This record gives sequence, C-alpha cells and structure tokens, in this order.
Amino acid sequence: MTMTEPEFRQTVRLTQPTRRGLELFLIACGWSLGVLGTLQVGWTTGEPLGQRFWITAAVVGALAVVAHLVVRWRIPYADPFLLPVATTLTIIGLVMIYRLDVAAAQSAERRNQIASTPDVYAQLTWYAIATLLFFGVVFLIRDHRRLQRYTYTCGLLGILLLILPLLPIIGSTVNGATLWVRLGSFTFQPGEAAKILLTIFFAGYLVMTRDSLAVVRTKFLGIGLPRARDLGPILVAWAVSLGVLIFQKDLGTSLLFFGLFVTMLFIATQRRVWLGLGAALFTFGAIGSYFAFSHVRVRVQIWIDPFAYAQDAGYQIVQGLYGFANGGLFGTGLGNGYPQLVPFANTDFIVAALGEELGLTGLFAIILLYGVLIERGLRTAVAVRDPFGQLLAAGLSITMALQVFIIIGGVTRLIPLTGLTTPFLSYGGSSLVANWIIVGLLMVMSHRARQPVAVQHTDLDALTQIVPITRAK
Amino acid sequence: MSRSIRRLGIALVCLMIALLVNITFIQVFQGDNYRNRADNKRVLLEEYVRERGPILVDSEPIARSVDTGGELKYERVYPDGPMYVSATGFYSILYGATGLERTENDVLSGSSDLFFFDRIDQLISGRQPKGGAVTTTLNPAAQEVAWQGIKGTIGAVVAIEPATGRILALVQSPSFDPNRLSTHDTEAMRIYYNDLLNDPAEPMLNRPLVATNPPGSTFKVVTAAAALESGRFTPSSLVPGPAEYDLPGSTKTLRNWTGADCGPKGMVTLIEALAQSCNTAFAWMGNELGADALRAQAERFGFDQAFEVPLRASTSEFPANPDEPLTAYSAIGQYDVRATTLQMAMVAAGVGNGGIVMNPYLVQEIRGPDLTILKTFAPTEYGRALTPEHATQLQDMMVAVVDRGTATTLQGIMDANGNPVRVGAKTGTAQTSPDRPPVAWMIAMAPANNPTVAVAVMIQSPGEAEVSGNAIAGPVARRVLEAILQQ
Repeated sequence: MTMTEPEFRQTVRLTQPTRRGLELFLIACGWSLGVLGTLQVGWTTGEPLGQRFWITAAVVGALAVVAHLVVRWRIPYADPFLLPVATTLTIIGLVMIYRLDVAAAQSAERRNQIASTPDVYAQLTWYAIATLLFFGVVFLIRDHRRLQRYTYTCGLLGILLLILPLLPIIGSTVNGATLWVRLGSFTFQPGEAAKILLTIFFAGYLVMTRDSLAVVRTKFLGIGLPRARDLGPILVAWAVSLGVLIFQKDLGTSLLFFGLFVTMLFIATQRRVWLGLGAALFTFGAIGSYFAFSHVRVRVQIWIDPFAYAQDAGYQIVQGLYGFANGGLFGTGLGNGYPQLVPFANTDFIVAALGEELGLTGLFAIILLYGVLIERGLRTAVAVRDPFGQLLAAGLSITMALQVFIIIGGVTRLIPLTGLTTPFLSYGGSSLVANWIIVGLLMVMSHRARQPVAVQHTDLDALTQIVPITRAK
Repeated sequence: MSRSIRRLGIALVCLMIALLVNITFIQVFQGDNYRNRADNKRVLLEEYVRERGPILVDSEPIARSVDTGGELKYERVYPDGPMYVSATGFYSILYGATGLERTENDVLSGSSDLFFFDRIDQLISGRQPKGGAVTTTLNPAAQEVAWQGIKGTIGAVVAIEPATGRILALVQSPSFDPNRLSTHDTEAMRIYYNDLLNDPAEPMLNRPLVATNPPGSTFKVVTAAAALESGRFTPSSLVPGPAEYDLPGSTKTLRNWTGADCGPKGMVTLIEALAQSCNTAFAWMGNELGADALRAQAERFGFDQAFEVPLRASTSEFPANPDEPLTAYSAIGQYDVRATTLQMAMVAAGVGNGGIVMNPYLVQEIRGPDLTILKTFAPTEYGRALTPEHATQLQDMMVAVVDRGTATTLQGIMDANGNPVRVGAKTGTAQTSPDRPPVAWMIAMAPANNPTVAVAVMIQSPGEAEVSGNAIAGPVARRVLEAILQQ
C-alpha cells in the first residue's frame, strides 16, 4: 500500500508524542543529582561511602528505570514530568536522610556510643514498596472512573483509618499526636492512606451532588447562600476535622482535610460562597479551639514569639530558623551544616535541613519541583474528560499542595507549626507510599487524557481514515 | 470545572510565592539577626569547625589549631601559653576571645576580605574556610628572658624597637594558661576561669597594656625633656636640689630619697639631677615649667592617648589641673600620674629614636591560608617629642644614669661581639596606695645614640624606695637588652 503525503501527515498528528524519552532523561538528571549529592556528603564529612553507596545508587536507579519502563509499557501517554519530579524529590530526601544518618553516627562515635540504625536503608525499602504500589495502581486501575463505584466504600474506609489510631492497643501517640497505628514493631500513619481514600470519596460524592449544591436560593445581604439542607456535607467535614484536632491533637491533618474538602466543593460547584462559608467555619473553629485547647494555644504562642520558648516548646522551630539562617543564600553545602541540631530533622523538619545545607537557592528549586508536580496534576485535572476524574485529579493535586504549604509554612513560621510530613522528602513509609500512589493515579489519568483517541485498536489503515468520534475505552 | 481548577491553580501559585517570599525573608534578610542570637550554637560550632589560622613568632606558632576529630573539630593550642598570653589572649567556647585572637579574628577565622579569592574558591567547592596566619613583631629571645625575669612577681615587661615601634616583648605576671580556656572540656574550663576571676593577683589582667601605675622617677625623663624643650635649660644648667623642698602654697615639704642635698650648696646640674634621681630638683623644675608644659610634653610621648597595637592599651594620664604642690609631685611621677608599661617603654624609645615617637604595633604581617604574605604593616610615626639635638642630650643624660647614677645593674652590657654598649636608662619607684607594695620601674634603651631596643619593666614589690627600681626591675631590663643586643 502506498501512502500519499497528506495522509501521512494526518497520521503523525494523531499519534501524539509520548515524550517518554524526556522522562527518562529527567530521571537520569535526578539520579545524577543524588549521586553527586551523596558524594559531596562523603567528601565533606569524611565518611567513607564504600560499596553500599554504589549498591544503593544502583537500586535507586533500577527502581526509577523500571518505573519508567512500566509507564512506557502500560501508560505511555502519561504526563512525562510527574515521574521524574517525584523520583527526584524522593532522591533528595534519601540524600538528606543519609546525611543526617552520618551526623548521628559521627556524633555517637564521638560519645563512644553505639550508633542507631541508619534510616536511609529503611527509607530505601519504603521507596521500593512505594514503587511496587505505584505499579499496582498502574496495572490495576486501568480506568480511574471505576473508582467512582467505590465512593462510599472509600469514604467509610477513610473515616475508619482516621479513627484507627484512637483505638486501644494498636493506636499509639507519638510526640503528643495520636496518628500512629502500631502492629508489633510495624507502625504506620493511616492518615496518609485516608487522605487518598477521602479524596476519592469527595470526588465521587461531589460529582453526584454538585448540581444541588450549586443551587443558590436564599439571598442574604446580597450574597447568594446555599440551601440549609445542602449545608450538611460541609458541616460534617468541619466536624470530622475538629474531631481529628480534638482527639488526635493533629492540627496538620485536620487543616489538610478541611481545606481539601472546601476547595473540592468550590471546584465542583464553582460557587465562591462555599469558599466563604469554609473560611468562616475555619475561623470559627480556629478561634474556638485556640481558647478551648491548650495544645492549639501553645502552637499559636510559639508561632508569635518562638524565641520566648527557645529552650522548651519552641526549641525545634528556633533551631530550624537558625538552620535556615546558617544556610543563607547558597547554603553551607551538604555535610557542612548542623541540620542534626534540629529535632526530627529527617521528618517534619527536613526542609530546615535542606534549607541549611542547600540554601535559599536549593529550597527554591525544591519548592519549584513541588510547583511542577502540582501544576502537572492540575493540568491533568483540566485535561481529563470526565467530571469525576477532573475532581479527583484536582483533589489529589490540592492535597499535595496544601500539605507542602502547611508543613513548609509551619517550619518557616509563615503559619503556626502543625505536624505533617513533607511529601516525598520526609523519612517515613506511610507518607512516601501514599504520595507515590497519588503520582500513580495522576499518571493513569493523564495517560487517559492525553491518549490519542482510538489509536490502540486501529491499524494503519484505520489511522489514515477519518477518525471515528468515539471516546477511548 | 476547568475554570475553577485554573482559578484554584492561581491561588496555589500564590501560596507557593508566599512560601518563597517568607523563606527569602528568613534566610537572607533575617539571617544575621538569627545568627547573632546568643543561644545560636551553630555560630560557635562554625567557629570551631574552621581551621583557625596560627599566630606566629618568627614562623613558629604561639597559637595554632589542632585537629581533635571531635564534634568541635579543632582545638586551639598555645605551645607557650602563659609566656605569650599578653599578646595572644585566649579563644574560648564559653568566654569568647581576647587579645590577638579577638582583634585579628577576621584573619584567623578566614573571614577577612583579604581572602577574597580563597572565599570564592570555598563558595564553589563548598569547603570550610581555612584561617590566615598572623605574624607578630615579637622577638622570641626577648620574650623568653622577660618571662623568666618576671615570672613569680606581679609585673610587666614591654620592649620596643625604637626606630619602628615594633613590640619585641610583651609579658605579664602573674599569667595564666590559655590552653585551659580553649579546652573542649567546658566544666574544667568553667572552674579554671572562675579561679582566675577570684584570684586577687588578677592573672587575667593584661598588665603591660592595660594596668596603669604611677611611673615614679622614670617620669623625670619626661620632665627633663620638657626642661630641654623649654629652651631655658641645658643638661649642664644648675638647678636647686636641696635635701628638702618646701612645696609652694603648702606647708608640706618634699624630701630627697637620700635625705641629702643633690649637689654642693644644694645646687646640681640637670644631668646629675637625673643621674641621681634628685626629687627636689625635678619638683622645683616641675613648678618652674608649669603643669601645662609637663602635660604637653607627656602628651607628645603618648600620654592621654589610647593606642591600639591592635590590642587596646589603656590611656596613660597626666592629671588635669594640679595645683603647685601637686605639679611638683607630678613632675617626679607621683600623685595622679598614671602610665602603662607600654607608655614608659615608648618614652625610652622616643628619646632613643632622636625624639620621634613611633606608634607601637604587634602585628607584622598577615598571611593567607597558604602562607603567602597578604599584608605587611609599615611603621607609622606618632609624632615628635623632642628636637633631635635635645634628644641626643637627653640620651646622654640617661647614659649618665647608668654610668654614674642609680641604674647600676645595667652597667657593662656587651653586644654579640663582646664590645661594650652605651646604655641609657632611668629607675623609678612609686607608691600606688598605702596597702599595696610600691611599684619598681626601670626604663632603658641601647645602644644609647642609635638604640635597637627600648624596654620598660614594672614590678610590684616591697622594697627600699628608689633602690628597688635598680635592684628589682633592673636585672630583668638587663636581660631583655642583652637578648636583643647580642643577636
């Protein structure tokens, strides 16, 4: 068969570039960054890297490349930036966790104590598990719309997971916040999984109810108010958030869920009044809990004047600020700072550690990486063709955005400090796994959104013909 | 929905911008503020992690950083701590830094602008800056004998090269061990520091530069200079030198320490008055010249002026408005005249240097981390205290003090070749307060008409008035002069 030139051009237009090569290149960049960073840690701290370093580098590289190959095979049209950015952030986290391990080991050596187990290998294991679950998402969830069927199941499971840490025996309180579940020696934060399940629930629920929620009946002082009976969901979300705050003493998760629900409600209904209502409820709840709960009051007081509590409750944030200040514009360089002086430097305060050693420039780069991740997520939301998918993709992106803002804003004293993990960077399995699942979901959705219509099941002959107006399966 | 997603996207961008602005604020604009807070441990750790540059005497370190392998990576070590502590000071994690450790901190810590290119290199490589070296003007031989000479007493020695103002010896006693204040064992450090604070002998006082005492009869050199400069007197002028001088405007009398007339019929030449340290002659002279002329002369030698060598020295003082009796006392260095040991060394040096007083200085050169010389300090003139001809006359008068006067311990000094050296000097004793022992002084310079060294020795010691300057301070001065002259 011969193909005339115009026909050929038409074919090209139909098969969108997958840009998987770009993805692989960006992954290689992120991986090299990690290798160079670790080499620098070795050089500045004088800690021999040895064989373990190259094995680790190889494992990380292999995980990333396999993830890339799986994407290339199963979801070739997926957004090419999501995987490299998530991989790079995970690698930056691994480097910093390793660097803090070195600091801990050297300090133990000086005191003639036995060094605690390094965290970096545990984190590496979690990264492997996260990648497996990412594969799970890619293989099992061929079509995200199927998730809509499990709207209420997800909602129920999400609430259940939130309550889990409060249960006796398995529930466990760490540093004042009850958000851990302990099974034997294994602990995890169910809130991280709940985050995804509740986003699915919100998306499914809002798709079903958005028409009625968008109805504006009552006018009050010129502002269109929703009907009283439609206020139910937002009040429930508010109550649940307050419940998390009161019973689990977890400001971060509480803020995250409420913010997520209100913004998704706004997207679904396109009614600004919901944002106003959400803000009003938030203000009311915030002021109320400030006066009602001492742990909230303490957080706010530390936020206003951390130096007044520099030796006790504000110690962590003050040390974090000193770390940022020590870093300045270009940072001390990896291995040259004192990030270990900040308590929990490898979880909540990993941004302070990065700010100290990589400086303002490094932090800007990291925040821009998050920006890219969130922007690609929102772009997916816009590109997805079904409203459920749109809400889900937007919701997942917002979760990440809010989490980044709440934790980094807290550590840098922009807002009161509330404990949350920093997505991909922080040490901790639950968070890493949950965020990789989010990346998996977004990539599946972006694949479906960018996939050329009907390309899979047509041969070249079909391609050269007029494209049938059907939606991809 | 796409529209509200886009709107939300803009809102999220605003949140990210808020984060970026806030981080910029903390890391850049508030940075110094946070760094300077007292409880910021990082600043201290940062100081200790740098290899602090050495302080050198003739390319031998008197202070250097030793790698300990601990969290505080480097430890400051002073090989001859107590001997050099007046110059080096200490460098302590708890008590900060003193001496050259403080004044030259920029260089030693590597943050000086002189190291611009090294710092660019550090910025790129991410390596810790290494400090530069400070070479002092000190002379190890002079320092050693000065230290051996006053160890165990309460006193100070300063030696100066008259032509340049370079400080050759700077010693205090009692001294202390700066190693014990730079140790990383903070508990031991605390105990030691409190012991030093509670020691009535004040071992941490930088006696040569900071302690001021009445200079006693050594001040007669200043009075003699004023007399020569007035143009009314020459070394051979006859002045009254009775056994007792009735202080004008007072019922008190001032006596000679010998209790006798200084010359036949109570008259004495100026040169003999100085040689014999005749109190009445100089007291009379003080009133003849007046307090203002004495003060002006003292100021031309450096009184009423704070010197930074670069360690800050105390201001030596001549009293503001003394009446006649007090002017008489001031003229012989008693009453409220106060001088540092450094100042009296500068008087001897200025006379020896043809009347020109040089600014004293302790830092010879600054070297980069790779020991290349980045800056060399040149001598600077403080001013002229005497005309050259009066200076020569006064030099000869001071030689008379040694040859036939009160400074007999300085007789017979030889140079390296065994040739006799003309030495000019002046002894002194002063009572500081009734409950404290008097201060014995010796100032000297040699070779007399073109001196390579001027020295001032101050020792607080009980003893016979006027004799003690010669007997107690003299031997120390002699050893310092010999150390330089015999090189």
